[in-house]
Amino acid sequence: MDTRFSPEDIAFRDEVRAFFKRAYDEELQARLADKSSFKDAVVDWQKRLFEQGWIAPNWPREYGGTGWSPTQKYIYESERAAHGIRDVVPFGLQMVAPVIYTFGNDEQKERFLPRILRSDDWWCQGYSEPGSGSDLASLKTRAVLDGDEYVVNGAKIWTTYAQYADWIFCLVRTNSEGKKQEGITFLLIDMKSPGIKVNPIVSIDNHHSLNEVEFNDVRVPVANRIGEQDKGWTYAKALLAHERTTIAGVADSKRGLETVRQEASQEINGGVRLLDDPLFRKRLSDIEIELMALEFTELRVLATVASGGAPGAESSLLKIKGTEIQQAIQELRMDLAAYYQGVLPNDLSAEQLGHEFGSAARQSYMYGRAATVYGGSNEVQKNIIAKAVLGL
Amino acid sequence: MNFDFTEEQSMLRDSVARYVQDSYDIETRRTIADSESGMSAAQWQTFAELGWLSVPFAEEHGGFGGGPVDTMLLMEEFGKGLVLEPYLATVLLFGGLLQRSGSDALAAEYLPKVIEGSCQGAFAYLERQSRFALNDVKTSATRDGESYRLSGEKVVVFNGANADALIVSARTSGEQYDADGISLFLVPANATGLEVKTYKQMDGQTVANITLDNVEVPAGALVGEAGAGMALVEPVVQSAIVALGAEALGIMAQLNAKTLEYTKTRKQFGVAIGSFQALQHRMVDTFMAYEQTKSLLYRAVCELEEGADSAPATIHALKVMVERAGKLIYGEAIQLHGGMGLTDELDIGHYAKRLMMINATFGNGDYHQGRFDELRCA
Ligand SMILES: Cc1cc2nc3c(=O)[nH]c(=O)nc-3n(C[C@H](O)[C@H](O)[C@H](O)COP(=O)(O)OP(=O)(O)OC[C@H]3O[C@@H](n4cnc5c(N)ncnc54)[C@H](O)[C@@H]3O)c2cc1C
Repeated sequence: MDTRFSPEDIAFRDEVRAFFKRAYDEELQARLADKSSFKDAVVDWQKRLFEQGWIAPNWPREYGGTGWSPTQKYIYESERAAHGIRDVVPFGLQMVAPVIYTFGNDEQKERFLPRILRSDDWWCQGYSEPGSGSDLASLKTRAVLDGDEYVVNGAKIWTTYAQYADWIFCLVRTNSEGKKQEGITFLLIDMKSPGIKVNPIVSIDNHHSLNEVEFNDVRVPVANRIGEQDKGWTYAKALLAHERTTIAGVADSKRGLETVRQEASQEINGGVRLLDDPLFRKRLSDIEIELMALEFTELRVLATVASGGAPGAESSLLKIKGTEIQQAIQELRMDLAAYYQGVLPNDLSAEQLGHEFGSAARQSYMYGRAATVYGGSNEVQKNIIAKAVLGL
Repeated sequence: MNFDFTEEQSMLRDSVARYVQDSYDIETRRTIADSESGMSAAQWQTFAELGWLSVPFAEEHGGFGGGPVDTMLLMEEFGKGLVLEPYLATVLLFGGLLQRSGSDALAAEYLPKVIEGSCQGAFAYLERQSRFALNDVKTSATRDGESYRLSGEKVVVFNGANADALIVSARTSGEQYDADGISLFLVPANATGLEVKTYKQMDGQTVANITLDNVEVPAGALVGEAGAGMALVEPVVQSAIVALGAEALGIMAQLNAKTLEYTKTRKQFGVAIGSFQALQHRMVDTFMAYEQTKSLLYRAVCELEEGADSAPATIHALKVMVERAGKLIYGEAIQLHGGMGLTDELDIGHYAKRLMMINATFGNGDYHQGRFDELRCA
């Protein structure tokens, strides 16, 4: 057991730092913060990462991965978060790509993977339906084979960023007999196909990232099917486990905690800094202690994966603890913002308003409620641990 | 020992409950929240006609002569409907300060107008640096012959955008954190040198930052004694905290009822999600949190009504409980609604946001727990 960095690791860290400093410039940050330029700015940033060769640390080398060691991945993540840099949009790079390079055919790999690497296509995830959330396998969107095309009818919901998407990867029902998991097919669908309609959903943070996606007689070539018909559930499950290893968000939480600590040193109540208030301190350190432990839990899981083990139900632990910690940090920041925690965006400058971070705290706290719901709710994760780890 | 309401109190509660049910649905509320003023003048006139604006005021001012129980019942029902109209700011704070001030001329001039709905008020107490410390006042008031001159800034003033008159806390002597030396002044909103900047909060409330640049008011604008403002502010804020506790309780009742209903109808895995024991226990927890809040609220109301020495500690305890139970209840309500709970369309999030702002108002749970500890562990 040894967790010290080698000289090569330190050199790598310095290289990452220098790149972030140079490439994640102020102009880009301003464009990311502006709703009207958000999508283009994300794509620009991801293209810069692509040109640097760092866009897909978790992909196998042969498809464009970096071949980094777990330590290097850890360093990269830590530096990304410490620089306040948003993670890449996961749907293409982290969700559908592993399915394509694991289960897709050569034609699909050649057609989709390079475009995902270069962020030429924006992807979204079409799994959930109005009637099928936690019980995803009960999904009803139907695909019926007609010649060499599927005809798709139904609706998906909670589809993040569907309004920007060029492609959607979907689970659809191709067979209603037998076990519900055994009649599901994995399709890649062009969002420009006739018969697709995207309806916006405004979320609790007053933003629009969620959508409902309707399919009316949408024709999808059989060539866009991953693997075999009726076997889509197997492919999707492999992908869900993948989604969960990155969901702990340790590096971002560390940065979030430091931000709160910094802000608490500025906030005064009756002449006393909040950072010197015993109740506030206890809440801060309670979170930090959990986070210190989680950081090593994550490293233990990553080490298992690196030595050939599969990320099993442990990834559920990462998801539950990681999201609980994220929400606790967001909540602490709201409490810190006090009267200003409710401020909606307005025309006043921070100086006129009298506060710096109230609106930002509100937005991340409100949207942050979703983290215990999506990616398999925390209740469902607990069911998985109870069954798969504890044998209950 | 008696936890029953009088017939009059029951009638008041029923009339507010019926009104909220019939005339204040979520769409009505959304339209009001999105309007520039963030309140409805028509609704306010109806409140006046129904006598609600007179509830806490003495009969000599044309009031109903109600006590903490009456205010509690009214606020609880307002909470259930997420009523946006500025009852707290105009009636309980602005009117409450005037009523207690002993400044008879001001009370006689303003309270009848408050009661008939023709005067909107606000209490401008908060400054950008002051957080929850009501005594952290930098705004200054300087005597100038027969008048005072006020300079400084007040922030997040509830109803600040609509108020015809404001009660402003300002320092007439002492240093920034001194409890002594704070005075209250009645300032008309159209006074020269007073500037209002309006913005919206997530709970639908419209608030304002107010700058005072050498604003002149006559000596007769003093509310209460010069330098003794805190002695007036404290009991009014205590009553307001109890009223907010009642509003919070109404919100909690709605969140629990709606969530319970949802878990009985939402099906996953072929059964209602309410059939999962993991969720049943969580709803038992939120049910118990509601009952515990109600008990502390009743305790606080009784002690306030009876003038018990223990009332201040009980009110701190109530504010701690409102936050603890509130966070649990809205957290579970959102979580158990799944994706639906994350939408702006569903009312769950709107109830949650109001509870969050109640937590921040007049000190959050940590702040009141600290004050409670000071009283109990000193
Ligand atoms: C912000 C956000 C973004 C999302 N983005 C996407 C996306 O891009 N693509 C996509 O396909 N989906 C997306 N989702 C959907 C998400 O995956 C679902 O919301 C989630 O699976 C839960 O489903 P549901 O909302 O239908 O809730 P339900 O499944 O109805 O669950 C309601 C409640 O019941 C609980 N529950 C359910 N079953 C059990 C059980 N057996 N035991 C105990 N408790 C249980 C749940 O934990 C939850 O608390 C997103 C959701 C959100 C909130």
